[in-house]
Amino acid sequence: MTARDVWPILLFGAIAALLPLFVTAGTLLNFAIFTLILCLAAQGWNILGGFGGQYSFGHAAFFGTGAYAAAVLQVRYGVNPYITFLAGIALAALVGWVIGFLSFRSGLRGSYFALVTLAFAEVFRVLANAASFTGGAAGLLIPLDQRPANFQFESRGWFYLVVLALVVVALLLTRALERSRLGAQLVAVRENEEAARAVGVDALRVKLSAITLSAAMTGAAGGLYAQYFLYLDSTIAYGTWISVEALLAPIIGGAGTVFGPVIGAVILHTLAELTRMMVGRIPGIDLVIFGVLLILVVRYPPRHLLRFLRWRR
Amino acid sequence: MSFLQIRNVSMRFGGLLAVSDASFEVAEGSITGLIGPNGAGKTTLFAIVSGFQKPTSGQVLWKGAEITARPPHLLAAEGLSRTFQIVQPFAGLSVRENIAVGAFLRHKRRADAIALAEQVAEQVGLTAELDKPAAALTVSGRKRVELGKALATQPKLLLLDEVLAGLNPSEVRDIVPVVRAIRDSGVTVLMIEHVMQAVMNLCESVHVLAQGRIIASGTPAEVVATPAVVEAYLGHGAAARLAGGAHA
Repeated sequence: MTARDVWPILLFGAIAALLPLFVTAGTLLNFAIFTLILCLAAQGWNILGGFGGQYSFGHAAFFGTGAYAAAVLQVRYGVNPYITFLAGIALAALVGWVIGFLSFRSGLRGSYFALVTLAFAEVFRVLANAASFTGGAAGLLIPLDQRPANFQFESRGWFYLVVLALVVVALLLTRALERSRLGAQLVAVRENEEAARAVGVDALRVKLSAITLSAAMTGAAGGLYAQYFLYLDSTIAYGTWISVEALLAPIIGGAGTVFGPVIGAVILHTLAELTRMMVGRIPGIDLVIFGVLLILVVRYPPRHLLRFLRWRR
Repeated sequence: MSFLQIRNVSMRFGGLLAVSDASFEVAEGSITGLIGPNGAGKTTLFAIVSGFQKPTSGQVLWKGAEITARPPHLLAAEGLSRTFQIVQPFAGLSVRENIAVGAFLRHKRRADAIALAEQVAEQVGLTAELDKPAAALTVSGRKRVELGKALATQPKLLLLDEVLAGLNPSEVRDIVPVVRAIRDSGVTVLMIEHVMQAVMNLCESVHVLAQGRIIASGTPAEVVATPAVVEAYLGHGAAARLAGGAHA
């Protein structure tokens, strides 16, 4: 990575970090934190789907695993939340590796891979809903205990900065991936797997690395979600909503680019929020907006827009 | 010990015997041709040698060691690289990035891989197109990308599957010296080719595959004078009729 690769990310982080100085309204910070968490989940999807071309429809499996690991370990076993957060990332990565191993080794691609990931996420949801240690259908409440040592902050501004820092780390990681051998091989697998193998790319290893990293990132988003909202149930953690959010943001903002997921998540949620303000709380109106946007994006690929906005080649 | 040895290789797809008990050798440092009519099994044989397919029976030996059905990426790492008859560019990537994917095999750092890619691009005559998307190139350009990707892996043995097909005569004339230069740099070349002008020009030895069998081997001049080869291309009795026609 060169300075030119890094400074747009640091600039984004620095500008975004100023937000809590100007904004003190709870709802707005709430909105910003939620959007950033989704950026992280979406960046996870982007690594596997955007760079690797393996479209997952079940990133909820990783989000939920990160979230439940964070919550269950502290509620049931009293483990420190920072450690449970890291454990959640590791566990999500493991789930990613296993799902990847099972599906990629059997040669699943395209819509078959998408369906299998969806199935995995649904199985996790049903299991989490039935098991007792996850709190079952009643869900799991993380007790309120606002101390920084406990990964809970009295002011939302602090939590915002923590989430932002993690998003910046994710952006840097993605940039490093883009510039690395693994990144080049991953893109090659996306473009043409046979041709990639012919020039020495171990396609299985590359895809497994990608899904593991991807799952870890989305798992981190899940952990942050649990830590911020302090409540989980199976439809939140393993619900299709997060799978859809994770893939819509990069597709709208530009899949396979470093800033695509951030741009996409911000556009999606700003639009959804504005519509809610204008037309009132009609249930599901945000999904209608997402649907319209998705149709527009598929019809008119925003690649051109992003290429125009790009800093570099 | 020969460089590449194909020993009694057969490949059966259901009821079709695509390659039947084929054996031949490729000498180190040579340009060896593999010719034959359409559907003779040439590309299947390539797929077997490069590890994309496992033969029904038989062995492939390289430098004395068996490499039958070893995965393509491992073979590439050991120095055996191939091109595809139907070009397989990474369509969304630029020419530079396409060739760099091959270069990354032996160079972990991006800067090194890009530098090698640019060097290879010069070798195959693509310097002017480095920033173009591979999808935007002409047929001839894409064939060069195909060649460049394989070369960037720094192979010891290069399998070329019809890199000249679909090119016009002047483009063929341009690429022939490129292939010869590759050999002169120390890379052994095994090429499937239909363009006889190039085969006669480039290859030291030629093997002819027809209906899955090796029917002739020798220098290009010997091979084209073999009646069995003429008949494989032109039909049964053609060699006799041609010889008769020459007398009349």
